Amino acid sequence: MSKGSPISPTLLAAKSAKNAEKSERAVAAADEAVSLSPVLGPNNVVPPTEMTGSQSLVRSLEELGVKDVFGLPGGAILPTYDPLMASSLNHILVRHEQGAGHAAQGYAMVTGEVGVCIATSGPGATNLVTAIMDAHMDSVPMVAITGQVSSAVIGSDAFQEADIVGITLPITKHSFLVTNADDIPRVMAEAFHLASTGRPGPVLVDVAKDAQVSKTLFSWPPRIDIPGYRPVLRGHSKQLREAAKLISAAKKPVFYVGGGVVKAHACEELKELAELSGAPVVTTLMAKGAFPDSHPQHVGMPGMHGNVSAVTALQQSDLLITLGARFDDRVTGVLSSFAPHAKVIHADIDPAEISKNRVADVPIVGSVKEIIPELTEVLAAQFEATGKPDLGAWWAFLGNLRDTYPLGWTEPEDGLIAPQRVIKRIGELTGPEGIYVAGVGQHQMWAAQFVKYERPHAWLNSGGAGTMGYSVPAAMGAKVGNPDRVVWAIDGDGCFQMTNQELATCALNNIPIKVAIINNSSLGMVRQWQTLFYEGRYSNTDLNTGHDTVRIPDFVKLADAYGCAALRCEREEDIDATIQKALEINDRPVVIDFVVSPNSMVWPMVPAGVSNDQIQVARNMTPEWEEED
Amino acid sequence: MSRHTLSVLVEDKPGVLTRVSGLFARRAFNINSLAVGPTEVPGTSRITVVVEAEGDLIEQVTKQLNKLINVIKIVELTSDASVQRDHILVKVRADAATRLQVTQAADLFRASVVDVSTDSLVIEATGHPEKITALLSVLEPFGIREIVQSGTLAVGRGPRSMSDRALRSA
Repeated sequence: MSKGSPISPTLLAAKSAKNAEKSERAVAAADEAVSLSPVLGPNNVVPPTEMTGSQSLVRSLEELGVKDVFGLPGGAILPTYDPLMASSLNHILVRHEQGAGHAAQGYAMVTGEVGVCIATSGPGATNLVTAIMDAHMDSVPMVAITGQVSSAVIGSDAFQEADIVGITLPITKHSFLVTNADDIPRVMAEAFHLASTGRPGPVLVDVAKDAQVSKTLFSWPPRIDIPGYRPVLRGHSKQLREAAKLISAAKKPVFYVGGGVVKAHACEELKELAELSGAPVVTTLMAKGAFPDSHPQHVGMPGMHGNVSAVTALQQSDLLITLGARFDDRVTGVLSSFAPHAKVIHADIDPAEISKNRVADVPIVGSVKEIIPELTEVLAAQFEATGKPDLGAWWAFLGNLRDTYPLGWTEPEDGLIAPQRVIKRIGELTGPEGIYVAGVGQHQMWAAQFVKYERPHAWLNSGGAGTMGYSVPAAMGAKVGNPDRVVWAIDGDGCFQMTNQELATCALNNIPIKVAIINNSSLGMVRQWQTLFYEGRYSNTDLNTGHDTVRIPDFVKLADAYGCAALRCEREEDIDATIQKALEINDRPVVIDFVVSPNSMVWPMVPAGVSNDQIQVARNMTPEWEEED
Repeated sequence: MSRHTLSVLVEDKPGVLTRVSGLFARRAFNINSLAVGPTEVPGTSRITVVVEAEGDLIEQVTKQLNKLINVIKIVELTSDASVQRDHILVKVRADAATRLQVTQAADLFRASVVDVSTDSLVIEATGHPEKITALLSVLEPFGIREIVQSGTLAVGRGPRSMSDRALRSA
């Protein structure tokens, strides 16, 4: 297959500058053209070539630079699976489409590239829905390709027909229904452009079977035409100066850093800005690793299960420097009582996030990749002019909180292992170069709290959606994207049972992830709420997988049946050796059944429906604020 | 709560109306009326949507609409800087005894009679939403059989066109 020669970016720039001569923004346009063509990939020139729609689809993926895709075939996508066989794409056959979706997410989260999943029409497509929604909530760049019944029978309730474009309308950044094969290259290029630029998100491409089968002329690159889509990247300079003024005047500033900083690959830039300002930094659940946990300016994770120092830093602050975060309810608690004395600088690429929940005093629309370094520059000038503010009292207050209320746990009274210890040791023995992928629940919070994150793209979880079952398939995708890194799925016994069939995919495709099941034999977070708020009435949270139960399923036998190395750890003294053993096995997936106490709880906690000031470090224990003041 | 009239210029693509109306539903914004049709630029449609919303909420509505990929541009049209018109067809009970009264009432509103039968008339009227309300209250005593009404249409006053800048740079 001839790939043609790539277009030189300088040629592109010259051409576009010529065309834009009349335009008042000719120079700016040329600059943009140099930096990127809207079509992803090397932009090879392919002259019109006759092929089928499905060949065109597969070729488009190749031209877009896609290497790995996750999927599962079926009737309506069958034509596309045929050319896939001869393609350079590495297709990984999953056991359930939801697994393909989460794998694409995990892949995207560690590589920064667009994750791709493929499913057939009807139930195949609807099985992707959870993952699409998850990607939408956490702004993960993903393209989901689904087969659709032939255009002639769309709307007739044909076999395996589902209006997947309609079903996913509220949970996609955009979607396409393709009924004409000629549209395929353009739609694919647009889908990848939309998924990966601006605020990233999932894009669905639903391709009717007749469009896959019919003949078309494929050529590349296609022309992208999306008149209503022009994300603003650069922050407004006046707003940046305003922000710098506020920062230089603030006595209690805090950087409130969200997942947008990780998505924008702006963590180095953040470090420079933070160090220049000297202000404390909190990183949200989605931003773990955006700023090193070990950095002296890091005061922790805010939110419902955040550190006392981080939650209080926000509550007591007089200036929130919000970067790529969205004032989610799990961070703010009761919104009206959140950070009541703070002015707000809010930088985000999505204008709709600004002043959605909390009114911004200084809104800055743009990419934090552009905004942060510019702000650093403006702030340095501001400091030179007006001097650097003294944050000594603020740091004394926060430092005291950080020392007085470190993260910790109480040993369970039932003699079983403390789950927090297992997770902490996994982090310590694996180190910051590993990748940690959590499910949803107690183990997720502990993995956020007790693993130390020193770099971005090392922590994956389902933050906004809270999807149980995310961990194993997302870890699989992460391992495919970063095969040289150790990838841990830190999962719960409940979550694991939702998607564990992807162990087969891992075992057969040589994707040696490591799964640590934090097995407390229950739906732990729900059980914790039942303990705290429902008088210990444990309605339907017992899973019978742990200590002193029938162990259905027996995770060791299950993992063994899936061709994985299977380990069980029931005693504290075996934790390290078990983890070490798992780290040494790299020729197949490893599953460890860590049998832990069901009574351990996640602390600190801000109970739902109350102000963040009511944070409890343990049951019914709220820090004494007066002492610190 | 106040009334806001938004003009939304969109790409004329399948499903665009669903995207717009679905967004209102799922973000819990109330639509008073909605009108959609082609514009002077081929391939684009214009949706005029009237919403009841608090001051801050209308900004959020606009931002969320702007996020829809098929939405090209949105302007809010205030009542003094725009012309706003509703269109109505109303079937009124009118026999030989009352027909003249009904047609006279219609004349007062510069409405026209577009269908006549032995015991009914269909009246067509165009006007500012308040004029339509007034017409209906006058016709009400005769007995209204059926009403069908368009959403509000609105266009900014003066020489400028909404699609001018939005599409030139595309």
